[in-house]
Amino acid sequence: MNYFVIGYYALLIGASCLAAFYGKKSAFLLLFSLTLVSFIVGIIGGETWLWNITIAAGVIALCAGTAYAFREFLVIVTPYETSKALAKAPLTASFGLFVIMTYLIAGVFAPVIAPFGEAEVISQSYAPADENMLMGADQLGRDLFSRLVYGARNTVGLAFIATTLAFLAGTIAGLLAATRGGWFDQAMGRLADVIMSIPSLIFALLMLSIFGTNLSVLVIIVAIIYSPRVFRLTRAVAGNIVVMDYIEAARLRGEGMWYLVRKEILPNSTAPLIAEFGLEFCFVFLLIAGLSFLGLGIQPPTADWGSMVRDNATLISFGEITPLIPAAAIALLTVAVNFVVDWMLYRSSGLKE
Amino acid sequence: MGDVLDIIVKRLALGAVTLLVISIIIFGMVELLPGDVAQAILGQGATAENLAALRARLGLGDPAIVRYFDWLGGAVLGDFGRSAVTDTPVGDLIGPRFANTLFLACYAAVIAVPLAITLGVIVALLRNTIFDRVANVATLTAISSPEFFLGYILILYLSVKTGYFPAIAKLSSDMTFLDLLHRTFLPALTMVLVVVAHMMRMTRAAIINLLASPYIEMARVKGMPAWKVIVKHALPNAWAPIINVIALNLAYLITGVVLVEFVFVYPGIGQLLVDSVTKRDFPIVQACCLIFAATFILLNLAADVLSILTNPRLRHKK
Amino acid sequence: MSGSYRDEMLNRMAQEARRGRLSRREFMAYSVAAGLTASAASGLWTSKIAKAAPQKGGTFKVGLHDGNTSDSHDPGTYQSVGQIQIAHATRSYLTEITPENGLGPDMAEAWSATPDARVWTFELNKNATFHDGRKFTAKDAAASLNFHRGESSTSAAKSLLADVTDIKIDGDHTIHIELGQGSADLPWIMTDYHLVMLPAKDDGSVEWESGIGAGPYKIEKHEPGVVSELVRHEGWHREGAYFDKIEIIVLNDPNARQTALVTGDVHAVTSVDLKTLALLARSPNIEVDNVPSGSAITLPMHCDVAPFNDVNVRQALKYACNRQELVDKILFGTGTVGNDYHVSPGMPYYPDLPQREYDLDKAKYHLKQAGLTELNVELSAADSVLPGAVDMCVLYSEHAKPAGINIKAVREPNDGYWSDVWLKKPFCFVKWGARPTPDNMFTLAYKDDAAWNESHWQNERFNELLLLAKKELDQERRSAMYREMCELAKDDGGTVLPMFTNFVYARDKSVQHSGNLASSWELDGGRGYHRWWFAS
Repeated sequence: MNYFVIGYYALLIGASCLAAFYGKKSAFLLLFSLTLVSFIVGIIGGETWLWNITIAAGVIALCAGTAYAFREFLVIVTPYETSKALAKAPLTASFGLFVIMTYLIAGVFAPVIAPFGEAEVISQSYAPADENMLMGADQLGRDLFSRLVYGARNTVGLAFIATTLAFLAGTIAGLLAATRGGWFDQAMGRLADVIMSIPSLIFALLMLSIFGTNLSVLVIIVAIIYSPRVFRLTRAVAGNIVVMDYIEAARLRGEGMWYLVRKEILPNSTAPLIAEFGLEFCFVFLLIAGLSFLGLGIQPPTADWGSMVRDNATLISFGEITPLIPAAAIALLTVAVNFVVDWMLYRSSGLKE
Repeated sequence: MGDVLDIIVKRLALGAVTLLVISIIIFGMVELLPGDVAQAILGQGATAENLAALRARLGLGDPAIVRYFDWLGGAVLGDFGRSAVTDTPVGDLIGPRFANTLFLACYAAVIAVPLAITLGVIVALLRNTIFDRVANVATLTAISSPEFFLGYILILYLSVKTGYFPAIAKLSSDMTFLDLLHRTFLPALTMVLVVVAHMMRMTRAAIINLLASPYIEMARVKGMPAWKVIVKHALPNAWAPIINVIALNLAYLITGVVLVEFVFVYPGIGQLLVDSVTKRDFPIVQACCLIFAATFILLNLAADVLSILTNPRLRHKK
Repeated sequence: MSGSYRDEMLNRMAQEARRGRLSRREFMAYSVAAGLTASAASGLWTSKIAKAAPQKGGTFKVGLHDGNTSDSHDPGTYQSVGQIQIAHATRSYLTEITPENGLGPDMAEAWSATPDARVWTFELNKNATFHDGRKFTAKDAAASLNFHRGESSTSAAKSLLADVTDIKIDGDHTIHIELGQGSADLPWIMTDYHLVMLPAKDDGSVEWESGIGAGPYKIEKHEPGVVSELVRHEGWHREGAYFDKIEIIVLNDPNARQTALVTGDVHAVTSVDLKTLALLARSPNIEVDNVPSGSAITLPMHCDVAPFNDVNVRQALKYACNRQELVDKILFGTGTVGNDYHVSPGMPYYPDLPQREYDLDKAKYHLKQAGLTELNVELSAADSVLPGAVDMCVLYSEHAKPAGINIKAVREPNDGYWSDVWLKKPFCFVKWGARPTPDNMFTLAYKDDAAWNESHWQNERFNELLLLAKKELDQERRSAMYREMCELAKDDGGTVLPMFTNFVYARDKSVQHSGNLASSWELDGGRGYHRWWFAS
């Protein structure tokens, strides 16, 4: 027993009592269950584990604080309508927004932010971090931090373009199929079946072997692989809307198809599409990383998180964290995107609980 | 029930057409690949002379269309030809490996599906609490990590550091079933981690989606406990989307596991397929792709039929 | 140091070494420190430790990289590491590369040549048998070599035996190989991995489909690209084959190989991931074998294509390469710097020419001589050729940039690299397996009319010397000729040869070897299976 352990438990128990006293049920449950867990963990793992819990709690608190401050900031700087919605956003959503904005800035201003060029060799292989290099060097002695920043531009940009392309193709085809119906609907449906039935990694492997591994081919292939999923979803959602009375009314008014799609169908089907976008974005990321793993990814010396993980993956067996950093960057972004998506979904579903 | 049978027959016919189209696409792509099987076999050792000799031996002289119909003629009768590289019948090569793949997929599914649904129901019940958030973040992190990376981390903690499970899933014929389960636990666990999140999130979403419906309100007003409302009223109506996601993920467990096989050195069909693409071994590529496509089509069909059967409204129509 | 103390110490060291706690290198270092001469220490090692230790027993499990489901038993298609290793374990060759990198007998007991080196006679081992009990005879040997010859042969080794005009059988155990032109290196060529000895059929063809050979182990179970289980061939004609059984497991993923070795699933692995080499070497139960080899990285430039048709451009590119940094960063130190001629320090007739240094001034000078201020070239590579190949090109382009040379590294698809990039793109990345002799190497890839003359280099004097040296049986004159050829390749040739790679493989400490390792292939030239043993 030392001061740290005593203080640790005193703080937890005191906070739980306060929460219970003021009737904050969920806060109490959280704090008290944490106390109970800490007892067990403390007995098994000793003081170091308690330290780890403290650090983790600190990190979470820091994230929550950032998210809170960022939300207040957004509420102030945005116009009235948006700020009203933002004020009610959960902390997770504003944390997601914060992460996305950080990545965006890193990507756009990469050459300004990164202290070195993405291909510039400045030191020995795997040199440790020093005052020049925030995170040390990679296998060729290039600055890992600079490559991470450039990777934000390349990897996120690529995944974003591919996902957007898949969405454009998928939604347009889906909406047309739903409104036109008939042979077009049938043909598109069968085409989607065919593409979806071919395993995506094999499809990509074949196509990249045929057309060579360059960026535009990669983007198009990924878009082709993922558009049928979007198509199916759009077709299903729009199919439900097309048979509604207000569409019938609009048709009778003599509105054109373009008007129907734009003014009636799209606004009523955004929620599931946005949710899908979040997940697809993750999947596209993972597919590109998987392709890098098989050696078909982005051209060097372009920095790309997927191949950065692949290049150093074997180090993990020896407990080195180098490959974890880009992997964590991927995970953080997808989590952030999905936080925001969850919030939008929640807002548009009209579920108020 | 006649409707359902009708749908099955119609979908099977459509599936057959889809398979035919896929076989043409795959054939076309293998043809378009740079180099041919002769060059791939000889590799760095290829010279104009021995290339020509090998091509003649393999019968590559015929035009593409003749070779395709040769293959199709055999395939319709159940003969998928012989490997161009090793000259063994395709069935002998693929059979045992496909069995391995199926075993691993079943192993993962048996763990993942009940786990995902239970978790989904629980987080739907505890929605917007801290537990929901933790489950949300944990599962999102799991799907956002590349699967080879998850595999490496599991190997580090459950094999290298602690020695609980073997790091490579090498199979041998004299294993007991328990041995087998122990040997293949890490690859199965990796796959479970990859698919659970998707299924769990869909279960949660599908249930929450229904909570605003009037009949759920009604049940709640009657004073039914929250868990009973979800299990008795919401879940039965939420099956359709859940089953669809399960089907999609089961298909993934069979067709999408190349990387997991690679990392754990599991002798499944994915590795065979990648090797065959490299060697331009058309009969094997074709057979593997068709198996995958058929799996996908059948699972989707099963999902559609099941979602009709589980829908109370459709079930009670008769 | 008194004599008796030294003897006791040496005895103790020998004991330790026999138990595998002391490597040959450490033993040598300590013995020399204790006052022995290096040759005496080496002799001591051979007599006391290496000879004493081998013992039979155990199942040796090996994790191999580069095994494919499509690997067949056809020796004409041997290409993957898996095929080559299994061929050495189960089938035999006429001659072998010894652990000391000399030439030794295998299926042939002795060989001799006529003075013009045009007819070679091989006396075959009379005790050799195939796995099914059949005797190995001259007929089998002739058929096995003929498999790679003739119009209809599809073998990749066809060009290797192009000079052979006839193979004559003389009794049951003698063959005469007749050549169109003299070749002093023929016995060395017989170690080539394609030229396995197989049972002949009555019509003079060979039976390769069954996987039968006359090697130390026979195949019990073989799943290509997955696992091969071998048992000792009890009638093998040589000393060795200490393991009862061998299991060759294909582990293509470097991480899988490494964890399998660390967790004890296998006893040895090939191709250790160099990034983690230092970390792996720290493990107490693992011994890393780091063996310099004749395997070279070459960057051939097509000498008949602008701008490479100007020798100054070629020289500029050769000077703009910081070889030491490439060895340090791409090979993590496990390699030797190259000197732009394709003869490694371990090969016979190696000429010790002055090392080419990284010299930007000279690079600029040659660029100027070529009338250029700036040079833009593309260098193609794929990571399937060598892990880190693309990284190496990126690093090279960083070296060359200050001299005004812009090299653009292009990642080509792994698939089809040999058919679409090599010999097609004017500047690309190539890795060559080790060849036993300079003649072998030059004839394959530098001779004016060779199918694989990857740099399209035409040099009259070089080609003239190549033919002269080929049939020269006098060692000193031959040596001088190869020296001149290397000078020509260095200063006129179309190939940047930045480095020779090492074979880096690792084994559990319980697996022992003599301390010398052949540098032709991994695992002691693919012969660790019958040369190595388990310590008790």
